[in-house]
Amino acid sequence: METYGWEIGTIAGLSLRVSTTAVAIAAAAGVPLGTLLGISRFRGKIVITSLVYTGMALPPVVVGLFIYLMLSRSGPLGFLDWLFTPQAMIAAQAILAMPIVTGITMSAVAAGPQDLVLQVRSLGASRRQVYATILREARSGVLLAVAAAFGRSISEVGAVLIVGGNIHGHTRVLTTAIVLETGKGQFALALCLGGVLLALALAINFLIVRLQGRPLP
Amino acid sequence: MSDAALYRLTDVTKSHGGPFTLQLPRLEIERGEIFCLLGPTGSGKSTLLRLLAALESPTSGRVDFDGQALHATNVPLAVRRRMTMVFQRPLLLHGTVRHNVEYGLRLRGADDRSAKAQRIMQQLGLSPLETRGAQSLSGGQTQLVALARALTVEPEVLLLDEPTANLDPAHVALVERTIADVHRERHMTIVWATHNLFQARRVAQRVGLLLDGSLIEVAETEPFFEQPTDPRTAAFVRGEMIY
Repeated sequence: METYGWEIGTIAGLSLRVSTTAVAIAAAAGVPLGTLLGISRFRGKIVITSLVYTGMALPPVVVGLFIYLMLSRSGPLGFLDWLFTPQAMIAAQAILAMPIVTGITMSAVAAGPQDLVLQVRSLGASRRQVYATILREARSGVLLAVAAAFGRSISEVGAVLIVGGNIHGHTRVLTTAIVLETGKGQFALALCLGGVLLALALAINFLIVRLQGRPLP
Repeated sequence: MSDAALYRLTDVTKSHGGPFTLQLPRLEIERGEIFCLLGPTGSGKSTLLRLLAALESPTSGRVDFDGQALHATNVPLAVRRRMTMVFQRPLLLHGTVRHNVEYGLRLRGADDRSAKAQRIMQQLGLSPLETRGAQSLSGGQTQLVALARALTVEPEVLLLDEPTANLDPAHVALVERTIADVHRERHMTIVWATHNLFQARRVAQRVGLLLDGSLIEVAETEPFFEQPTDPRTAAFVRGEMIY
């Protein structure tokens, strides 16, 4: 425990920074894409939907391996020199989170009333205004998508371990620290880190639930 | 196209893939008139309104609006904003009644939306509900808010799909009076779909009867009801057609 004492805050801070940044990136791409897919009708939608849902089940170690190969010195993105940095961990978690945000947003938008798009258009909404309105109406589902993506990111260990390397003081996050301490037989410390992880998840989800319940003007 | 005609439909058909097909060889709707689309449930009134609102495209034929062909996928926003439709089952947005009534004005970036919304809400007796959540309203109140939302944007064309279907007689009278007032003030073109013979007779300047997707007869209100030329119209206005 003495090893960690003051470091837990740093490790928890890095966990929070990596996961919130990854979810923000995933939401920036996944929410508009999910909205578009939820509203649109086109040939092949069933295939795209199946691919998105499959993406929700991506194994973190496979994503970690993929990012590792991309960022390794001989890989196509090796010039970025991101391997074993928080940036690589963010990239891996964003890839894991994006299908979750896209899939749940798509489902929330598609579950809305069939005529809503037509009624909004008939009141003079431009294409962009239609999307904004539909998104606002589906906001509860969209916030659920963000909560699910955050849960996936903050709790995953396989991808960040492979691309981050669990480097002390640099890429060590709560999940990789738990794996390390469990391996060393330091179960009390591992449990303590687990408690911090759950407390962080609770705090973020509390904020999201507050946003969900806030009445609209 | 005559100068008075705002809409002209030529050889229009519309099918959604099922057995029902709307067929309109020719129909003109004049600028500034109240035209009632009369017909039983399922006769194609809503489908026709969606074509006029440029929300759907005809399967074949041509819908001209003010001399320009309307095609749902390619209507400039400025043209779409000249017309507004009130749906038979209106959907209100999450938020207050006022948020909903101001919605169309907010889309247009209007500055004076509060005053306009207040005026319309007052006309329709909605002022006491201004801060109520729209999702908590009754069916009739929802219909009134949807009408207020459409009237606030002061459209050139108002398309109404059974706008009084969920209202009690007092509110039906209020809606008819309000629409008559705004029509007189702004000379807007109104296409009003209803299955109610008496309402059509009260509000319309011209009436068209739709049966099974076909336009049976179009005439000015008085001759439509008093001297119908088609036996099916005669039977319908006498209430002999049971659907």
